Amino acid sequence: MIIPPAAAEPIFEIGGIAITNALVNGWIAVAFFAILALALGRMQMIPRGFQNFMEVIVDFLLKEIQKVTGDEKRARAFFPIVAGIFLFLLFSNWLGQLPGTGTIGVYGVHHGEVALLPLLRPAASDLNLTIAMAAFAVLASHLFGLRALGFVSHVSKFINIRGIFQAFKKGPIAVLVAIVEFGIGLIELVGEVAKVMSLSLRLFGNIFAGEVLITVMLGLFSFIVPIPFMLLELLVGAVQATVFAMLTLAYLTVATDEHGHEEEHADDHASEHATEPAH
Amino acid sequence: MTPEMIITVIKGFTMAIGGIAPAIGIGIIGFKAMDAIGRNPEAAGKLFVPMLLGMAFAEAIAIYSLVIAFTL
Repeated sequence: MIIPPAAAEPIFEIGGIAITNALVNGWIAVAFFAILALALGRMQMIPRGFQNFMEVIVDFLLKEIQKVTGDEKRARAFFPIVAGIFLFLLFSNWLGQLPGTGTIGVYGVHHGEVALLPLLRPAASDLNLTIAMAAFAVLASHLFGLRALGFVSHVSKFINIRGIFQAFKKGPIAVLVAIVEFGIGLIELVGEVAKVMSLSLRLFGNIFAGEVLITVMLGLFSFIVPIPFMLLELLVGAVQATVFAMLTLAYLTVATDEHGHEEEHADDHASEHATEPAH
Repeated sequence: MTPEMIITVIKGFTMAIGGIAPAIGIGIIGFKAMDAIGRNPEAAGKLFVPMLLGMAFAEAIAIYSLVIAFTL
């Protein structure tokens, strides 16, 4: 029984760039959504059938996002990023449970040893994809913050020189506080890097560990035994997609908030608003 | 003690020690959720999603040590 390696295996090359099996799964997910979009065709004012079903999903997600951001304008601005992340991750995590993923493959040389190279592998089990998505989410939050607050206000959250100048008018104690806040701002910069690491490693760890778990279970006894674990993986895939999207939404909301001290409330907002019964 | 032995032992210790705190955290979250549901059974639906969210965050720490154990 060969445990899947942490790095996704390249299965073929296009023009010198190695294409890995997780990348193939990612492309299948993108193609699925592209086909869905094309199948919608021209939108009717009164939705019927398939368009109606898609509108139910879009409306549900928009309402949930609005519960966290509060106002509708920001909800509509954040919707493409947050809902796109959620739906892509949900579909690609569930696609990873399709029978044949991780098991059907060819024998080839991988890092100097002969191993089974699966043709398909869950997209998020490749650290490249999760780091790219996490970096994109944090970068998007900064860009939205720059656009919403302006350059000086946004940078002052991290390098708070403006606070020191303002404190000179108020007195010596205010200057001391401003210097401490300057230090806190610098630590916030480290926090941004930590956000990228935690987002990416949480998703990668969960999905990759699920891959290894299913492989080991299939190695034990191929028939009835892996079923509860595959159901667990479906749940884990859905939960991780939700967590990633909700954290991205929280970062976007906090970055575009005018008053910078609402940070502690954003995470509580995100989780408490997720429970309100659908109206 | 060959290097392979040491690596294997370290892998085991990483996962074992790294799993203690998240397990306790998840247990506390579940415990408090049970408490709240016991006091107010109607709130069970409202409590479920935040509890799951909290558990996902707590579990992420265990996943970090799992990744280290796998990549050693």
